[in-house]
Amino acid sequence: MSNTQRSQKIAFFFLFLATLLILVPVGLIVVVIVQKGLPAINWQFLSDIPRQGMRAGGIFPAIIGTFYLVFGAILFALPIGLLAAIYLSEYAGNNPLNRIIKLAIVNLAGVPSVVYGLFGLALFVVFLRFGASILSGSLTLGIMILPIIITTAREALESVPQSFREVSLSLGASKWQTIRHIVLPNAIPGILTGTILGLGRAAGETAPILFTVAAFYLPRLPKSIFDQVMALPYHLYVISTQVPNVEEKIRYGTALVLLSLVLFMNLVAIIIRYNFRKRKKW
Amino acid sequence: MVKFVAKDLNIWFGQVRALKNVDIEIKANEILSIIGPSNSGKTSFLRMLNRLNDLSPGFRMGGWLGFDGEDIRKIDICGLRKRVGMVFALPLPLPLSIFENVAYGVKMHGERRRPKVCALVEHSLKQAYLWDEVKDRLDVSAFKLSGGQQQRLCIARTLAVEPEVILFDEPCSGLDPISTSKVEEAMLKLKKDYTIVLVTNNVKQAARVGDRTAFFLSGELVELDSTEKIFTNPADRRTDGYIRGEFG
Repeated sequence: MSNTQRSQKIAFFFLFLATLLILVPVGLIVVVIVQKGLPAINWQFLSDIPRQGMRAGGIFPAIIGTFYLVFGAILFALPIGLLAAIYLSEYAGNNPLNRIIKLAIVNLAGVPSVVYGLFGLALFVVFLRFGASILSGSLTLGIMILPIIITTAREALESVPQSFREVSLSLGASKWQTIRHIVLPNAIPGILTGTILGLGRAAGETAPILFTVAAFYLPRLPKSIFDQVMALPYHLYVISTQVPNVEEKIRYGTALVLLSLVLFMNLVAIIIRYNFRKRKKW
Repeated sequence: MVKFVAKDLNIWFGQVRALKNVDIEIKANEILSIIGPSNSGKTSFLRMLNRLNDLSPGFRMGGWLGFDGEDIRKIDICGLRKRVGMVFALPLPLPLSIFENVAYGVKMHGERRRPKVCALVEHSLKQAYLWDEVKDRLDVSAFKLSGGQQQRLCIARTLAVEPEVILFDEPCSGLDPISTSKVEEAMLKLKKDYTIVLVTNNVKQAARVGDRTAFFLSGELVELDSTEKIFTNPADRRTDGYIRGEFG
């Protein structure tokens, strides 16, 4: 065997090993959670309120709470993020100020989520007097995922070929018409990818909702956006560390429901994205 | 009648001077061919005429460029581009159906009445000699057409907004000889109703279709004369050298 072939084999082996090393933990997490959590899943668990100090009953209020929070965060962050991305990619010139703005947005994505939590507490709960509420929590989560949505949407807009813009403008279409009819429709798959990432992050974070919305124990459904709610990640934290003698299968069952909820919401976005990609024709 | 007048036209992209003191007149209903090696400024000149250069970073212009006697910088840019259409070097259909490609400009200019749009689409496709090939599959993606068909679709799309001038930027550079001759045939027929400015790398094409021919070199207009004169007895020996293929 020649030297070249041997080094190729070695390189191939390490590349394969690295890929395997990523897959194994992910697979194990899913297997463990499904194995330990599945026995807890039944209709009562999904539809009932928590009972006996959260040691029995269901987690329905937390499911609904997480759903509301994620929905509210997207409702707030997607339009604002998209408009900001359009401004940054289509209108803002390439000057130092705009480069700093873009850099700042990318860096905001790396700010620890507990910092967003404190910020939400100061701004929404205290200063704007929204109290600990769905509104405060959604806005805080929305601000947390804004950088992800802006960055991915901007990349999606910028990846639409410049030639399409030139053709549209050369036909006498205005800049806004060009964005509206040519750039935006072709950027939708990429924008949805950003939304998927933001969605998963908003559903799973505990710290931003800790001070702004999450209730320790609240066995009823919210009546307005100014109510507190339970949320799955915080509930999981509570029954794992704050309440003694919770059965293991309830904890893993809650984790399984959270995982499934995120996967389900991602799946919806992925299906929408797939349908748009099919229409992409270049 | 004169369509475009350039007087002492200079343009820059950042530090690079792309056109140097160009004086030129373009007459109505003529085909003006512009030839020259790459980087001679011929495409930059063409993109002045519909102000597409405005999109390039660091673009500046000096001198005067008039369209129908008006300063080109003072005309509403969308209105100017409606009156001065452009066909690009590569066939660039928009990611839409054949019908929607041709209807795009029409709709952007506010025409919503379906029968009017349909009539314009059909008329434009006929003018570009494409109607018979696509009339049964107008709702198919434009990317399903061959390269030559796509380029004629782009011509139809430009015609549909009813311009006065059509700019062709090396329209046949990616096409085979048969598709090229179809595009050239369309251009000659269009001359009756439109002013055509054709930038081409193909010297023979300029000889075939141009009424007058301009030769650009390093951003300067070296010579502009009737096509016959340029190709039989050019005044400048650089023109002579380029046409005979001594450099390119």
